[in-house]
Amino acid sequence: MELHQVTSFTPLASLGGGILIGLSAVMVMALLGRIAGIAGITSGMMGRLVPMPGAAQDWGWRLAFLAGLIAAPVVLMLAGNGVPQTVPASLPGMAAAGLLVGLGTALGSGCTSGHGVCGLARLSRRSAAAVALFMAAAFATVFVLRHGLGAA
Amino acid sequence: MRAVAGLLSGLIFGLGLVISGMSDPAKVLNFLDLAGHWDPSLAFVMGGATVTAFAGYRLAWRRPAPLLGARYDLPASTRIDRPLVAGSLLFGIGWGIGGFCPGPAWTALPLLDPGTLAFLPAMLLGLWLGTRIKRPLASRPKDTTG
Repeated sequence: MELHQVTSFTPLASLGGGILIGLSAVMVMALLGRIAGIAGITSGMMGRLVPMPGAAQDWGWRLAFLAGLIAAPVVLMLAGNGVPQTVPASLPGMAAAGLLVGLGTALGSGCTSGHGVCGLARLSRRSAAAVALFMAAAFATVFVLRHGLGAA
Repeated sequence: MRAVAGLLSGLIFGLGLVISGMSDPAKVLNFLDLAGHWDPSLAFVMGGATVTAFAGYRLAWRRPAPLLGARYDLPASTRIDRPLVAGSLLFGIGWGIGGFCPGPAWTALPLLDPGTLAFLPAMLLGLWLGTRIKRPLASRPKDTTG
């Protein structure tokens, strides 16, 4: 990818945002008794629309959760805040990335939130292994794309 | 009530993603770029989120059941099996290419960037395909954590 935009180090905003993500995970556990994994919530919601083997039946809260996710940047913008975002420009690259992320989180039963936040908080050995693997693969991928063969 | 709880939790999760910078692929890719303009911010996102969830889960589990449900539904599987390893590696490669994991792909949707519009439907297709492939691979079908 040609995206080499420099971003500034934001420890306080990142810590505060991280605490909000953790609070949301705790709410989903305390109120609904579920893991707040976005890939799992997404496939649970999709099970309502297309045949998904083993999909969950309680899709209502999942749909509402995704609506809340989508509403968040809109709420921030209405409150006069900017929502900084630079998305890689290559459309085939982004489609391939999306396919890999969907396929991988379905096979691996979790993503950054399900295995990362919730699984590590449960001290799950399985989630710790998943996090170590997807972090290693992501670091290696960025290294190859930015500094390896064919990099600008 | 469960839908209201879902909406509020999703909103707070989304605000956390945007405020923390996790929703910005440029920031994610710079975090993953140890050899370039490394931006360590996302370590603070993961740290803050995991420590908060660790403490909060233990408080929540003092109650015998969730407030709006019959029981806690936790993944039963503890096996580090082939689907987990292969899936996590594929996910990491995709995350490293696009800078989006599933949550930020949803929060990016209302900004309608072309890259997001290419990523999100492909992710849904991948989730669908992966769920179908995983069935014969794994003996336990119902252990989705994320």
